[in-house]
Amino acid sequence: MREFAYARARDVDAAVSLVADNPGARYLGGGTNLVDLMKLGIERPELLVDVTGLPLDEVTEDGDLLRIGALVRNSDLAAHPLVRDRYPVLSQAVLNGASGQLRNVATTGGNLVQRTRCGYFTDPTKPCNKRMPGSGCPAIEGEHHNLAILGASDHCVATHPSDLAVALAALDARIDVQDLAGPHELPLEDLYRPVGDRPDLELTIRDGALITGVALPPLPPDARTTYRKVRERASYAFAIAAVAAVLVVRDGLVSDVRIALGAVASHPWRARIAERELRGGPATAAAFEAAAIAELDAARPLRDNAYKVPLVRDLVVAVLTELAR
Amino acid sequence: MVRNAMPGPELSSTVRLMLNGAPQELTVDNRTTLLDLLRDRLDHTGTKKGCDHGQCGACTVLVDGRRANSCLLLAVAVDGREVTTVEGLEDDEPHPMQAAFLAHDAFQCGYCTPGQICSAIGMLDELAEGWPSAVTTGPVHPDDAEIRERMSGNLCRCAAYPNIVAAIREVAGA
Repeated sequence: MREFAYARARDVDAAVSLVADNPGARYLGGGTNLVDLMKLGIERPELLVDVTGLPLDEVTEDGDLLRIGALVRNSDLAAHPLVRDRYPVLSQAVLNGASGQLRNVATTGGNLVQRTRCGYFTDPTKPCNKRMPGSGCPAIEGEHHNLAILGASDHCVATHPSDLAVALAALDARIDVQDLAGPHELPLEDLYRPVGDRPDLELTIRDGALITGVALPPLPPDARTTYRKVRERASYAFAIAAVAAVLVVRDGLVSDVRIALGAVASHPWRARIAERELRGGPATAAAFEAAAIAELDAARPLRDNAYKVPLVRDLVVAVLTELAR
Repeated sequence: MVRNAMPGPELSSTVRLMLNGAPQELTVDNRTTLLDLLRDRLDHTGTKKGCDHGQCGACTVLVDGRRANSCLLLAVAVDGREVTTVEGLEDDEPHPMQAAFLAHDAFQCGYCTPGQICSAIGMLDELAEGWPSAVTTGPVHPDDAEIRERMSGNLCRCAAYPNIVAAIREVAGA
Protein backbone atom coordinates (compact mmCIF):
# COMPACT_ATOMS: atom_id res chain seq x y z
CA MET A 1 0.00 0.00 0.00
CA ARG A 2 1.23 3.47 -0.81
CA GLU A 3 1.92 5.76 2.16
CA PHE A 4 -0.74 8.36 2.91
CA ALA A 5 -1.55 11.15 5.30
CA TYR A 6 -4.69 10.94 7.43
CA ALA A 7 -6.97 13.68 8.73
CA ARG A 8 -10.26 13.72 10.57
CA ALA A 9 -12.74 16.22 9.19
CA ARG A 10 -14.12 18.68 11.76
CA ASP A 11 -17.21 19.51 9.70
CA VAL A 12 -18.58 19.04 6.20
CA ASP A 13 -17.15 22.34 4.90
CA ALA A 14 -13.66 21.47 6.14
CA ALA A 15 -13.89 17.97 4.66
CA VAL A 16 -14.94 19.29 1.27
CA SER A 17 -12.24 21.94 1.11
CA LEU A 18 -9.56 19.39 2.08
CA VAL A 19 -10.57 16.93 -0.64
CA ALA A 20 -11.67 19.32 -3.38
CA ASP A 21 -8.31 21.11 -3.31
CA ASN A 22 -6.31 17.89 -3.50
CA PRO A 23 -6.72 15.47 -6.40
CA GLY A 24 -4.82 12.83 -4.39
CA ALA A 25 -7.30 12.98 -1.51
CA ARG A 26 -10.17 10.58 -0.82
CA TYR A 27 -12.95 10.54 1.74
CA LEU A 28 -12.79 7.63 4.17
CA GLY A 29 -16.17 6.33 5.35
CA GLY A 30 -16.41 2.74 6.52
CA GLY A 31 -13.53 1.90 4.19
CA THR A 32 -14.82 -1.59 3.43
CA ASN A 33 -14.22 -1.07 -0.29
CA LEU A 34 -11.63 1.73 -0.31
CA VAL A 35 -9.17 0.08 2.11
CA ASP A 36 -9.39 -3.14 0.12
CA LEU A 37 -8.69 -1.27 -3.13
CA MET A 38 -5.74 0.46 -1.45
CA LYS A 39 -4.32 -2.94 -0.45
CA LEU A 40 -4.66 -4.04 -4.07
CA GLY A 41 -2.90 -0.89 -5.29
CA ILE A 42 -5.96 0.20 -7.29
CA GLU A 43 -6.61 3.24 -5.13
CA ARG A 44 -3.44 5.14 -4.20
CA PRO A 45 -4.55 8.20 -2.23
CA GLU A 46 -2.03 10.65 -0.77
CA LEU A 47 -4.49 11.81 1.87
CA LEU A 48 -7.47 10.16 3.52
CA VAL A 49 -10.03 12.52 5.03
CA ASP A 50 -11.99 10.50 7.60
CA VAL A 51 -15.58 11.75 7.59
CA THR A 52 -16.99 9.19 10.04
CA GLY A 53 -17.03 11.72 12.88
CA LEU A 54 -19.39 14.06 11.01
CA PRO A 55 -22.99 14.29 12.26
CA LEU A 56 -24.47 12.55 9.20
CA ASP A 57 -25.43 9.30 10.91
CA GLU A 58 -29.13 9.71 11.59
CA VAL A 59 -32.37 8.65 9.92
CA THR A 60 -34.87 11.49 10.36
CA GLU A 61 -38.34 12.52 9.22
CA ASP A 62 -38.51 15.82 7.36
CA GLY A 63 -42.13 16.54 6.45
CA ASP A 64 -43.12 13.58 4.31
CA LEU A 65 -39.50 12.79 3.39
CA LEU A 66 -37.31 10.27 5.14
CA ARG A 67 -33.73 11.54 5.32
CA ILE A 68 -30.87 9.07 5.65
CA GLY A 69 -27.50 10.52 6.61
CA ALA A 70 -24.64 9.43 4.37
CA LEU A 71 -22.85 7.92 7.37
CA VAL A 72 -25.73 5.73 8.54
CA ARG A 73 -24.23 2.26 8.70
CA ASN A 74 -25.86 -0.42 6.56
CA SER A 75 -26.92 -2.39 9.69
CA ASP A 76 -28.61 0.61 11.27
CA LEU A 77 -30.34 1.48 8.02
CA ALA A 78 -31.75 -2.02 7.54
CA ALA A 79 -32.91 -2.26 11.17
CA HIS A 80 -34.41 1.23 11.42
CA PRO A 81 -38.14 0.99 12.29
CA LEU A 82 -39.16 3.73 9.84
CA VAL A 83 -37.22 2.09 7.01
CA ARG A 84 -38.65 -1.35 7.77
CA ASP A 85 -42.15 0.06 8.04
CA ARG A 86 -42.24 2.43 5.06
CA TYR A 87 -39.61 1.09 2.67
CA PRO A 88 -39.25 -2.66 3.29
CA VAL A 89 -37.57 -3.03 -0.11
CA LEU A 90 -34.67 -0.92 1.15
CA SER A 91 -34.20 -2.93 4.33
CA GLN A 92 -34.35 -6.18 2.34
CA ALA A 93 -31.85 -4.97 -0.25
CA VAL A 94 -29.33 -3.92 2.40
CA LEU A 95 -29.70 -7.22 4.26
CA ASN A 96 -29.06 -9.12 1.03
CA GLY A 97 -25.70 -7.39 0.63
CA ALA A 98 -22.33 -8.25 2.16
CA SER A 99 -22.08 -9.84 5.65
CA GLY A 100 -23.07 -8.82 9.15
CA GLN A 101 -19.54 -7.62 9.86
CA LEU A 102 -19.36 -5.51 6.71
CA ARG A 103 -22.83 -4.03 7.16
CA ASN A 104 -21.84 -2.88 10.66
CA VAL A 105 -19.10 -0.73 9.14
CA ALA A 106 -20.15 0.18 5.58
CA THR A 107 -21.96 3.48 5.13
CA THR A 108 -24.93 4.56 3.00
CA GLY A 109 -22.96 7.14 1.02
CA GLY A 110 -19.98 4.86 0.52
CA ASN A 111 -22.21 2.11 -0.80
CA LEU A 112 -23.34 4.34 -3.68
CA VAL A 113 -19.81 5.14 -4.83
CA GLN A 114 -18.25 1.70 -4.32
CA ARG A 115 -16.38 0.34 -7.33
CA THR A 116 -17.14 -2.59 -9.57
CA ARG A 117 -15.96 -6.06 -8.56
CA CYS A 118 -15.10 -6.93 -12.20
CA GLY A 119 -12.03 -9.19 -11.89
CA TYR A 120 -10.05 -7.16 -14.42
CA PHE A 121 -10.66 -3.91 -12.58
CA THR A 122 -9.44 -5.42 -9.30
CA ASP A 123 -6.32 -7.00 -10.85
CA PRO A 124 -3.68 -4.32 -11.41
CA THR A 125 -1.68 -6.63 -13.71
CA LYS A 126 -4.52 -6.61 -16.28
CA PRO A 127 -5.64 -3.94 -18.74
CA CYS A 128 -8.87 -2.16 -17.76
CA ASN A 129 -10.38 0.96 -19.30
CA LYS A 130 -11.99 1.89 -16.01
CA ARG A 131 -8.71 1.73 -14.10
CA MET A 132 -6.32 2.71 -16.93
CA PRO A 133 -8.20 4.59 -19.67
CA GLY A 134 -7.30 3.34 -23.14
CA SER A 135 -5.69 0.09 -21.96
CA GLY A 136 -8.54 -2.08 -23.20
CA CYS A 137 -11.25 -4.31 -21.79
CA PRO A 138 -10.26 -7.98 -21.57
CA ALA A 139 -13.65 -8.83 -20.05
CA ILE A 140 -15.44 -8.54 -23.40
CA GLU A 141 -13.60 -11.59 -24.73
CA GLY A 142 -12.70 -13.03 -21.33
CA GLU A 143 -14.40 -13.68 -18.00
CA HIS A 144 -17.70 -11.85 -18.15
CA HIS A 145 -20.35 -14.32 -17.05
CA ASN A 146 -21.48 -11.93 -14.32
CA LEU A 147 -21.06 -8.66 -16.22
CA ALA A 148 -23.43 -6.21 -17.89
CA ILE A 149 -26.15 -6.91 -20.45
CA LEU A 150 -27.62 -3.39 -20.53
CA GLY A 151 -26.05 0.00 -21.19
CA ALA A 152 -22.50 -1.31 -21.60
CA SER A 153 -20.12 -0.22 -24.37
CA ASP A 154 -17.17 -1.55 -26.34
CA HIS A 155 -15.02 0.05 -23.65
CA CYS A 156 -16.43 -1.50 -20.48
CA VAL A 157 -18.96 -4.13 -19.43
CA ALA A 158 -18.59 -3.79 -15.65
CA THR A 159 -21.58 -3.91 -13.31
CA HIS A 160 -22.32 -1.84 -10.23
CA PRO A 161 -22.23 -4.21 -7.24
CA SER A 162 -24.66 -2.47 -4.87
CA ASP A 163 -27.92 -3.89 -3.59
CA LEU A 164 -28.83 -0.77 -1.60
CA ALA A 165 -28.60 1.52 -4.65
CA VAL A 166 -30.99 -0.70 -6.61
CA ALA A 167 -33.66 -0.24 -3.95
CA LEU A 168 -32.98 3.50 -3.83
CA ALA A 169 -33.42 3.70 -7.61
CA ALA A 170 -36.85 2.06 -7.33
CA LEU A 171 -37.78 4.47 -4.53
CA ASP A 172 -36.96 7.63 -6.56
CA ALA A 173 -34.32 8.57 -4.00
CA ARG A 174 -32.61 11.95 -4.16
CA ILE A 175 -29.00 12.41 -3.19
CA ASP A 176 -27.68 15.34 -1.15
CA VAL A 177 -24.22 16.42 -2.20
CA GLN A 178 -21.88 19.15 -1.06
CA ASP A 179 -19.02 20.56 -3.11
CA LEU A 180 -17.09 23.85 -3.09
CA ALA A 181 -20.13 25.61 -4.58
CA GLY A 182 -22.26 24.50 -1.62
CA PRO A 183 -24.98 21.92 -1.07
CA HIS A 184 -27.23 20.65 -3.84
CA GLU A 185 -29.29 17.58 -4.62
CA LEU A 186 -29.93 15.32 -7.57
CA PRO A 187 -31.93 12.19 -8.37
CA LEU A 188 -29.99 8.99 -7.66
CA GLU A 189 -30.33 8.04 -11.32
CA ASP A 190 -28.43 11.18 -12.32
CA LEU A 191 -25.52 10.34 -10.01
CA TYR A 192 -24.10 7.81 -12.48
CA ARG A 193 -22.74 8.58 -15.94
CA PRO A 194 -23.48 6.41 -18.96
CA VAL A 195 -20.48 4.18 -19.73
CA GLY A 196 -19.63 5.50 -23.20
CA ASP A 197 -15.94 5.71 -24.02
CA ARG A 198 -14.85 6.89 -20.55
CA PRO A 199 -15.77 4.16 -18.07
CA ASP A 200 -13.23 5.66 -15.65
CA LEU A 201 -15.59 8.61 -15.18
CA GLU A 202 -18.36 7.04 -13.13
CA LEU A 203 -20.10 9.88 -11.34
CA THR A 204 -21.67 13.15 -12.47
CA ILE A 205 -20.77 15.01 -9.28
CA ARG A 206 -17.54 17.00 -9.18
CA ASP A 207 -14.28 15.53 -7.96
CA GLY A 208 -14.15 16.17 -4.24
CA ALA A 209 -17.93 16.39 -3.84
CA LEU A 210 -19.19 14.69 -0.67
CA ILE A 211 -22.45 12.78 -0.57
CA THR A 212 -24.08 13.92 2.67
CA GLY A 213 -27.40 12.09 2.59
CA VAL A 214 -30.27 10.43 0.79
CA ALA A 215 -33.89 11.61 0.79
CA LEU A 216 -36.80 9.25 0.15
CA PRO A 217 -40.17 10.58 -0.99
CA PRO A 218 -43.29 8.92 0.43
CA LEU A 219 -44.87 5.90 -1.25
CA PRO A 220 -48.62 5.62 -1.83
CA PRO A 221 -50.14 3.97 1.26
CA ASP A 222 -51.24 0.94 -0.76
CA ALA A 223 -47.84 0.44 -2.43
CA ARG A 224 -46.19 -2.95 -2.02
CA THR A 225 -42.45 -3.33 -2.38
CA THR A 226 -39.89 -6.10 -2.43
CA TYR A 227 -36.31 -6.96 -3.36
CA ARG A 228 -35.23 -10.26 -4.83
CA LYS A 229 -31.64 -11.19 -5.52
CA VAL A 230 -30.17 -14.14 -7.41
CA ARG A 231 -26.62 -15.18 -6.58
CA GLU A 232 -24.33 -18.14 -6.91
CA ARG A 233 -24.50 -19.09 -3.23
CA ALA A 234 -27.25 -18.63 -0.66
CA SER A 235 -25.67 -15.71 1.18
CA TYR A 236 -22.72 -13.32 1.16
CA ALA A 237 -22.26 -13.06 -2.60
CA PHE A 238 -22.77 -10.33 -5.16
CA ALA A 239 -25.89 -10.55 -7.31
CA ILE A 240 -25.94 -12.07 -10.76
CA ALA A 241 -29.33 -10.39 -11.09
CA ALA A 242 -31.58 -8.47 -8.73
CA VAL A 243 -34.91 -6.68 -8.89
CA ALA A 244 -36.30 -3.98 -6.62
CA ALA A 245 -39.93 -3.21 -7.27
CA VAL A 246 -42.72 -0.95 -6.08
CA LEU A 247 -46.25 -1.82 -7.23
CA VAL A 248 -49.64 -0.24 -6.68
CA VAL A 249 -52.61 -2.18 -8.07
CA ARG A 250 -56.10 -0.70 -7.96
CA ASP A 251 -59.12 -2.53 -9.39
CA GLY A 252 -56.85 -5.00 -11.13
CA LEU A 253 -54.95 -2.26 -12.93
CA VAL A 254 -51.38 -1.08 -12.42
CA SER A 255 -51.74 2.36 -10.87
CA ASP A 256 -48.02 2.83 -10.15
CA VAL A 257 -44.98 0.67 -10.78
CA ARG A 258 -41.26 1.22 -10.37
CA ILE A 259 -38.70 -1.41 -11.24
CA ALA A 260 -34.94 -1.22 -10.78
CA LEU A 261 -32.56 -3.95 -11.91
CA GLY A 262 -29.24 -4.79 -10.26
CA ALA A 263 -26.12 -6.53 -11.57
CA VAL A 264 -27.06 -5.91 -15.20
CA ALA A 265 -25.43 -2.52 -15.88
CA SER A 266 -22.80 -0.05 -14.71
CA HIS A 267 -25.40 1.51 -12.41
CA PRO A 268 -28.80 0.55 -10.98
CA TRP A 269 -30.98 0.14 -14.07
CA ARG A 270 -34.40 1.73 -13.83
CA ALA A 271 -36.70 -0.24 -16.14
CA ARG A 272 -38.58 2.75 -17.51
CA ILE A 273 -39.71 0.97 -20.68
CA ALA A 274 -41.31 -1.84 -18.67
CA GLU A 275 -42.90 0.65 -16.31
CA ARG A 276 -44.43 2.60 -19.21
CA GLU A 277 -45.81 -0.61 -20.71
CA LEU A 278 -47.43 -1.56 -17.43
CA ARG A 279 -48.89 1.70 -16.14
CA GLY A 280 -52.67 1.72 -16.48
CA GLY A 281 -52.78 -1.84 -17.81
CA PRO A 282 -53.79 -5.14 -16.24
CA ALA A 283 -51.71 -6.53 -13.37
CA THR A 284 -51.34 -9.98 -14.88
CA ALA A 285 -48.39 -12.32 -15.37
CA ALA A 286 -48.78 -11.99 -19.15
CA ALA A 287 -48.54 -8.20 -18.94
CA PHE A 288 -45.55 -8.41 -16.61
CA GLU A 289 -43.76 -10.73 -19.03
CA ALA A 290 -44.48 -8.55 -22.06
CA ALA A 291 -43.15 -5.52 -20.16
CA ALA A 292 -39.99 -7.33 -19.09
CA ILE A 293 -39.36 -8.49 -22.67
CA ALA A 294 -39.82 -4.92 -23.92
CA GLU A 295 -37.25 -3.65 -21.41
CA LEU A 296 -34.78 -6.37 -22.32
CA ASP A 297 -35.04 -5.65 -26.03
CA ALA A 298 -32.07 -3.33 -25.50
CA ALA A 299 -30.00 -6.10 -23.89
CA ARG A 300 -26.69 -6.85 -25.63
CA PRO A 301 -25.43 -9.94 -23.89
CA LEU A 302 -21.93 -11.31 -24.34
CA ARG A 303 -20.84 -14.91 -25.03
CA ASP A 304 -21.22 -16.09 -21.43
CA ASN A 305 -23.84 -13.86 -19.85
CA ALA A 306 -26.82 -14.32 -22.18
CA TYR A 307 -28.41 -16.40 -19.40
CA LYS A 308 -29.13 -13.11 -17.63
CA VAL A 309 -31.72 -12.07 -20.19
CA PRO A 310 -34.27 -14.82 -19.44
CA LEU A 311 -33.22 -14.75 -15.77
CA VAL A 312 -34.06 -11.05 -15.43
CA ARG A 313 -37.27 -11.52 -17.41
CA ASP A 314 -38.43 -14.33 -15.11
CA LEU A 315 -37.32 -12.45 -12.02
CA VAL A 316 -39.35 -9.38 -12.97
CA VAL A 317 -42.42 -11.53 -13.64
CA ALA A 318 -42.01 -13.40 -10.33
CA VAL A 319 -41.52 -10.26 -8.27
CA LEU A 320 -44.44 -8.35 -9.80
CA THR A 321 -46.71 -11.38 -9.58
CA GLU A 322 -45.88 -11.73 -5.90
CA LEU A 323 -46.56 -8.04 -5.28
CA ALA A 324 -49.85 -8.15 -7.21
CA ARG A 325 -51.13 -11.13 -5.25
CA MET B 1 8.65 -9.72 15.99
CA VAL B 2 9.14 -7.36 13.07
CA ARG B 3 8.59 -3.69 13.73
CA ASN B 4 8.43 -1.68 10.55
CA ALA B 5 10.34 1.56 10.35
CA MET B 6 7.98 4.47 10.94
CA PRO B 7 7.40 6.85 8.02
CA GLY B 8 7.47 10.64 8.31
CA PRO B 9 5.25 12.42 10.83
CA GLU B 10 2.45 13.23 8.38
CA LEU B 11 2.32 9.57 7.35
CA SER B 12 1.93 8.18 10.87
CA SER B 13 -0.51 8.83 13.70
CA THR B 14 -0.91 8.29 17.41
CA VAL B 15 -3.71 5.86 18.20
CA ARG B 16 -5.34 5.40 21.59
CA LEU B 17 -7.78 2.58 22.13
CA MET B 18 -9.08 0.25 24.80
CA LEU B 19 -8.05 -3.31 24.02
CA ASN B 20 -9.91 -5.90 26.10
CA GLY B 21 -10.35 -3.28 28.82
CA ALA B 22 -6.74 -2.06 28.89
CA PRO B 23 -5.75 1.34 27.47
CA GLN B 24 -3.21 1.30 24.65
CA GLU B 25 -1.41 4.21 23.01
CA LEU B 26 1.04 3.87 20.16
CA THR B 27 2.23 5.54 17.00
CA VAL B 28 1.37 3.70 13.81
CA ASP B 29 2.11 3.97 10.12
CA ASN B 30 -1.25 5.16 8.71
CA ARG B 31 -1.33 2.08 6.49
CA THR B 32 -1.60 -0.25 9.50
CA THR B 33 -4.85 -2.16 9.72
CA LEU B 34 -6.42 -2.92 13.09
CA LEU B 35 -5.64 -6.59 12.40
CA ASP B 36 -1.92 -5.93 11.91
CA LEU B 37 -1.89 -3.60 14.91
CA LEU B 38 -3.32 -6.35 17.11
CA ARG B 39 -1.05 -9.10 15.84
CA ASP B 40 2.24 -7.33 15.07
CA ARG B 41 2.31 -4.44 17.52
CA LEU B 42 0.21 -5.58 20.48
CA ASP B 43 1.08 -9.30 20.50
CA HIS B 44 -2.58 -10.29 20.34
CA THR B 45 -2.33 -13.12 17.82
CA GLY B 46 -5.66 -14.74 18.68
CA THR B 47 -7.27 -12.73 15.89
CA LYS B 48 -6.36 -14.47 12.64
CA LYS B 49 -5.45 -13.20 9.18
CA GLY B 50 -7.22 -15.25 6.53
CA CYS B 51 -7.92 -13.53 3.21
CA ASP B 52 -7.02 -10.00 4.41
CA HIS B 53 -9.77 -8.68 2.08
CA GLY B 54 -12.94 -8.90 4.17
CA GLN B 55 -14.11 -12.08 2.52
CA CYS B 56 -13.49 -14.79 5.14
CA GLY B 57 -14.27 -13.32 8.58
CA ALA B 58 -11.26 -14.92 10.35
CA CYS B 59 -10.22 -11.45 11.58
CA THR B 60 -13.58 -10.60 13.17
CA VAL B 61 -13.37 -8.59 16.40
CA LEU B 62 -15.85 -6.46 18.34
CA VAL B 63 -15.46 -2.69 18.00
CA ASP B 64 -17.59 -0.82 20.54
CA GLY B 65 -19.43 -4.12 20.90
CA ARG B 66 -20.16 -4.57 17.20
CA ARG B 67 -18.55 -7.24 15.05
CA ALA B 68 -16.28 -6.00 12.29
CA ASN B 69 -13.55 -7.28 9.97
CA SER B 70 -10.34 -5.95 11.52
CA CYS B 71 -8.47 -6.42 8.21
CA LEU B 72 -10.48 -3.62 6.58
CA LEU B 73 -10.34 -1.15 9.46
CA LEU B 74 -7.40 1.22 9.52
CA ALA B 75 -5.93 1.46 13.01
CA VAL B 76 -6.07 5.27 12.81
CA ALA B 77 -9.80 5.07 12.18
CA VAL B 78 -10.48 3.17 15.44
CA ASP B 79 -8.77 5.79 17.59
CA GLY B 80 -10.80 6.21 20.78
CA ARG B 81 -12.80 3.00 20.34
CA GLU B 82 -13.10 -0.14 22.45
CA VAL B 83 -11.84 -3.30 20.81
CA THR B 84 -12.57 -6.79 22.10
CA THR B 85 -10.70 -9.78 20.71
CA VAL B 86 -10.94 -13.47 21.50
CA GLU B 87 -8.33 -12.93 24.23
CA GLY B 88 -10.74 -10.57 26.01
CA LEU B 89 -13.69 -12.94 26.22
CA GLU B 90 -12.51 -15.10 29.12
CA ASP B 91 -13.39 -13.94 32.59
CA ASP B 92 -11.70 -16.68 34.70
CA GLU B 93 -14.06 -19.10 32.96
CA PRO B 94 -14.30 -19.47 29.19
CA HIS B 95 -17.03 -17.32 27.65
CA PRO B 96 -20.22 -19.36 27.14
CA MET B 97 -19.66 -19.19 23.39
CA GLN B 98 -16.15 -20.61 23.79
CA ALA B 99 -17.50 -23.37 26.05
CA ALA B 100 -20.23 -24.20 23.54
CA PHE B 101 -17.71 -24.42 20.68
CA LEU B 102 -15.71 -26.89 22.79
CA ALA B 103 -18.77 -28.90 23.82
CA HIS B 104 -20.02 -29.17 20.23
CA ASP B 105 -16.59 -29.74 18.64
CA ALA B 106 -17.36 -26.74 16.45
CA PHE B 107 -14.01 -26.68 14.65
CA GLN B 108 -11.35 -28.81 13.06
CA CYS B 109 -8.17 -26.84 12.41
CA GLY B 110 -9.36 -23.94 14.56
CA TYR B 111 -8.03 -21.15 12.37
CA CYS B 112 -11.41 -19.53 11.77
CA THR B 113 -12.58 -20.16 15.34
CA PRO B 114 -11.64 -16.85 17.06
CA GLY B 115 -13.44 -14.98 14.28
CA GLN B 116 -16.41 -17.34 14.43
CA ILE B 117 -16.71 -16.86 18.20
CA CYS B 118 -16.42 -13.06 18.13
CA SER B 119 -18.85 -12.93 15.22
CA ALA B 120 -21.35 -15.21 16.98
CA ILE B 121 -21.27 -13.06 20.13
CA GLY B 122 -21.85 -9.90 18.11
CA MET B 123 -24.54 -11.64 16.07
CA LEU B 124 -26.52 -12.73 19.15
CA ASP B 125 -26.49 -9.13 20.39
CA GLU B 126 -27.88 -8.05 17.01
CA LEU B 127 -30.58 -10.70 17.31
CA ALA B 128 -31.42 -9.52 20.82
CA GLU B 129 -31.81 -5.99 19.43
CA GLY B 130 -34.40 -7.37 17.02
CA TRP B 131 -32.36 -6.65 13.91
CA PRO B 132 -33.83 -8.45 10.89
CA SER B 133 -31.83 -10.55 8.42
CA ALA B 134 -32.32 -11.51 4.78
CA VAL B 135 -34.24 -14.63 5.85
CA THR B 136 -36.39 -12.98 8.52
CA THR B 137 -40.10 -13.16 7.73
CA GLY B 138 -41.66 -12.38 11.12
CA PRO B 139 -40.33 -11.85 14.64
CA VAL B 140 -36.65 -12.79 14.81
CA HIS B 141 -35.89 -16.18 16.28
CA PRO B 142 -32.45 -17.84 16.45
CA ASP B 143 -33.29 -20.91 14.35
CA ASP B 144 -30.79 -22.64 12.07
CA ALA B 145 -31.73 -20.59 9.00
CA GLU B 146 -31.22 -17.31 10.87
CA ILE B 147 -27.91 -18.44 12.36
CA ARG B 148 -26.59 -19.61 9.00
CA GLU B 149 -27.59 -16.40 7.23
CA ARG B 150 -26.24 -14.14 9.95
CA MET B 151 -22.95 -16.07 10.17
CA SER B 152 -22.37 -16.16 6.40
CA GLY B 153 -19.50 -13.69 6.74
CA ASN B 154 -17.42 -16.34 8.54
CA LEU B 155 -16.06 -19.07 6.31
CA CYS B 156 -14.79 -22.41 7.64
CA ARG B 157 -12.68 -24.31 5.11
CA CYS B 158 -12.97 -27.45 7.30
CA ALA B 159 -16.75 -27.07 6.94
CA ALA B 160 -17.51 -27.46 10.65
CA TYR B 161 -20.70 -25.52 9.98
CA PRO B 162 -23.22 -28.01 11.46
CA ASN B 163 -21.43 -27.98 14.81
CA ILE B 164 -20.86 -24.22 14.70
CA VAL B 165 -24.60 -23.72 14.21
CA ALA B 166 -25.34 -26.15 17.07
CA ALA B 167 -22.95 -24.33 19.41
CA ILE B 168 -24.44 -20.94 18.64
CA ARG B 169 -27.98 -22.29 18.94
CA GLU B 170 -27.17 -23.59 22.41
CA VAL B 171 -25.89 -20.19 23.58
CA ALA B 172 -28.90 -18.50 22.01
CA GLY B 173 -31.09 -20.79 24.11
CA ALA B 174 -33.03 -21.95 21.06
